[in-house]
Amino acid sequence: MNFNAKEFDILKEIGNIGAGNAVTALAKLLQKKVDMQVPVINLVEFKDIASFLGGPEQIVVGILVQISGDIEGMMMFLVQEDSADVLIRALMNGLSAEKRESGFTEIELSALQEIGNILTSSYLGSLAGLIQKKIVPSIPFLSIDMANAILSVPAIEFGKVADKALFIESVFEADGVSVSGYFLLIPDISSLRVILTSLGVE
Amino acid sequence: MRNGMIIVGMADLNAAKSPGALTTLGLGSCVGIALYDAVHKVAGLAHIMLPDSRLIQNNGNIAKFADTATVRLITDMTRMGARKELLKAKLAGGAQMFAFNTTNESMRIGDRNVEATLKLLKQLNIPVLAQDTGNTYGRTVELYADDGRFLIKTIGHGTRVL
Repeated sequence: MNFNAKEFDILKEIGNIGAGNAVTALAKLLQKKVDMQVPVINLVEFKDIASFLGGPEQIVVGILVQISGDIEGMMMFLVQEDSADVLIRALMNGLSAEKRESGFTEIELSALQEIGNILTSSYLGSLAGLIQKKIVPSIPFLSIDMANAILSVPAIEFGKVADKALFIESVFEADGVSVSGYFLLIPDISSLRVILTSLGVE
Repeated sequence: MRNGMIIVGMADLNAAKSPGALTTLGLGSCVGIALYDAVHKVAGLAHIMLPDSRLIQNNGNIAKFADTATVRLITDMTRMGARKELLKAKLAGGAQMFAFNTTNESMRIGDRNVEATLKLLKQLNIPVLAQDTGNTYGRTVELYADDGRFLIKTIGHGTRVL
């Protein structure tokens, strides 16, 4: 799948607006000021995505929702463990573990899942508004493992039609600590056309 | 290269002679197919993403599919001196990384990759000596051409040798 410059600009703008909305929603959830940098948006080959996340074996938290309605596909939010820890602490207001020895507790995992839910659903909500289409996200699914292993799921799903995905890197500050979060929007090929056509391309 | 090992990427394959070694990092729902000729000490490793090239239009990359990748791997290994009838297989990967409800067929891709690979190896008369497949976690694997040992590493689920 190839995009012309205009299509890519539109996809970038969607990513920009979506990530902006997601981070705003997160700020509301945390009841804290969250400063966000302009997201960096790239069309990346799946085999290279892990390098943005610290390498194929870097432990990352992946939250995935399946999308149905007028648009079908997947949306994923990824953070490294240390950023996930910052988000959990910000959400749980000191009720999370003081010092982490191994992994996250059940309640911390639920908190993470909810953060992923808020971020992805507000991102998708803004996209639905922009293109005036119905987008229904599933419940969020969470996995903590090696970056490559987690990315294999969207890579396989998307690999049936293409080898690249829209990869959005969003750096924001929560509680004065910098968090790097990554959004991956993976519409299936016909849905991508729906998005572009709705926005007047073609 | 990593620690002297050849890195096999996602949708990639490679072969090595003793004392070489091959590794692929973070197998999730993908399957690592390890082939080995113990007489000529030639090892081959493929990191496949999908079961069958014939079901997919975007099938230019032969290393992406169990069927085409295995055939190419055998060719590459025989060029290095391996004999097809001496090849033995070991498998890893095919995990379900997210706890989707599995009624959706496309979400069972890990299982389907493993099933397709086993069926294919049977057709090719290549015996499968061992497999560490399924479950819900990622695996990094290393295949050593000197003795064919297949090392599997995980995050929080131990290390084992097949």
